[in-house]
Amino acid sequence: MPGGFQEIGRHGVNFVRTVGGMFMLLGKLIISFREVHRSLGLLMEQLYLLGVKSLPLIVIISIFVGAVSAWQAAYQFKFIGAPLRLLGHAVGKAVVIELAPVLSAIVYAGRVGAGVTAELGTMKVTEQIDALESMGISPVRYLVLPRVLASVFMVPFLVIFANFVAIVGALVVSIIGVAISSETFLTGFKYSFELSDFINGLIKAAVFGFIIGIVGCYYGFTTRGGAQGVGRATTSSVVVSMVLILIFNFVFAVILFRI
Amino acid sequence: MAAPLIQIEDIHKSFDSLRVLEGVSLNIERGESIVVIGQSGCGKSVLIKHLIRLLEPDSGRVIFDGEDIGEYDFMTLSKLRLRFGMLFQSAALFDSMTVEENVGLGLTETKRYKPGKIREIVNEKLELVGLTGVNHKRPAELSGGMRKRVGLARAIANSPEVLLYDEPTTGLDPITADMINKLIVDLREKLEVTSVAVTHDMKSAFEIADRIVMLYGGKIEFDGTPDEVRGTTNPVVRQFISGSASGPIQA
Repeated sequence: MPGGFQEIGRHGVNFVRTVGGMFMLLGKLIISFREVHRSLGLLMEQLYLLGVKSLPLIVIISIFVGAVSAWQAAYQFKFIGAPLRLLGHAVGKAVVIELAPVLSAIVYAGRVGAGVTAELGTMKVTEQIDALESMGISPVRYLVLPRVLASVFMVPFLVIFANFVAIVGALVVSIIGVAISSETFLTGFKYSFELSDFINGLIKAAVFGFIIGIVGCYYGFTTRGGAQGVGRATTSSVVVSMVLILIFNFVFAVILFRI
Repeated sequence: MAAPLIQIEDIHKSFDSLRVLEGVSLNIERGESIVVIGQSGCGKSVLIKHLIRLLEPDSGRVIFDGEDIGEYDFMTLSKLRLRFGMLFQSAALFDSMTVEENVGLGLTETKRYKPGKIREIVNEKLELVGLTGVNHKRPAELSGGMRKRVGLARAIANSPEVLLYDEPTTGLDPITADMINKLIVDLREKLEVTSVAVTHDMKSAFEIADRIVMLYGGKIEFDGTPDEVRGTTNPVVRQFISGSASGPIQA
């Protein structure tokens, strides 16, 4: 049993160390913000690498998210005898409020969060981050700031596309698979659409982007021990990002949708 | 007599439960070429990284040019680091950049020179380390020796006062290693810099050092000229320079 307590204690210490480390990185990030004008070139590069290059994956996933949402909704409607004219309403709400922001963020965490941690982790273990510091260049300003800002801007950008493509996917399935007209689907969608839902989805996406950026950079910067260490850090980064996205998504739901 | 350029005062450093440095004190004079020797893992790289605060000591301090660098804020520390150049063990070149971008990065980011001026300085430094026509190659396209030389060109790009070398000849064949040693001596004469190198390569140490310091058990075991090292009866130093498996040093 003492071994069990030791293990719990060790995990507790690691948890406190990780949270403290992330807040310290956040503090340095805020300080480095005063030099953001010197990182604009790097920011543009990251906007393209992290955001624009994620677009094809987001589009493919969103088509099928929309398609399966329409299919499953139609199946449940038939099961409980609900009118199919409400399909556009139900799918539209689900996509704009939850599916597009959360699934885009999860996919972005898998692609970009993992990539950022692997890149910075490799730089860490090969002393490239030390080399930057030795030249008087702040690694937080040079590496973290552009990646976090790019994620804050690009996850909402991707969610806009994800919303549109998912609705198109749902529309196509509704017309071909469920046999309702496009007018019926779109009337239901327009009836349910509220700008505030859309904007809340984008705000959530920006927060998710921030989480993915800071978590990815933190695990990259704290990588130790060669290739195995890079692999371990990358796994931790993706897992922690996904868990935090789902926790924060629940917090948003409680704040925004009072029952 | 002028104060030493660098004073290391009673540095202690541990990583978790592993004690690496246990009270290291060392003075380095301006213009001196000092080599720190010792077994792999004895804390040589840890010690050299304290000189530009890449690592912070648990206790003790580093004084550079009369000032305690532990008290520097980030901006002052960045300015201090511009007075140093460092060659890393694996050269630590940025994979995503060309040779020219690697060597010119510090100039672009800290001095903000115009691209033409940066190219001119980069070419001058690459020529100093004996490399031409590699400006647009990526690190992956270079041999180990060439990577070290690019790393060296990057270290001297800002015209530093002090050059730090972390295992400059590790992983190189004997001929390339000798070429790097000669380059270090040559650069010291041409640039009139203070040099601090850490290595376990005794041939390299004898070739580039005015003074050799041996680190053992987290402390300084020996401090003397290359001739004093050759003539010492200290069993630890004798075992290390002879490369014998039997003696007080255990692997």
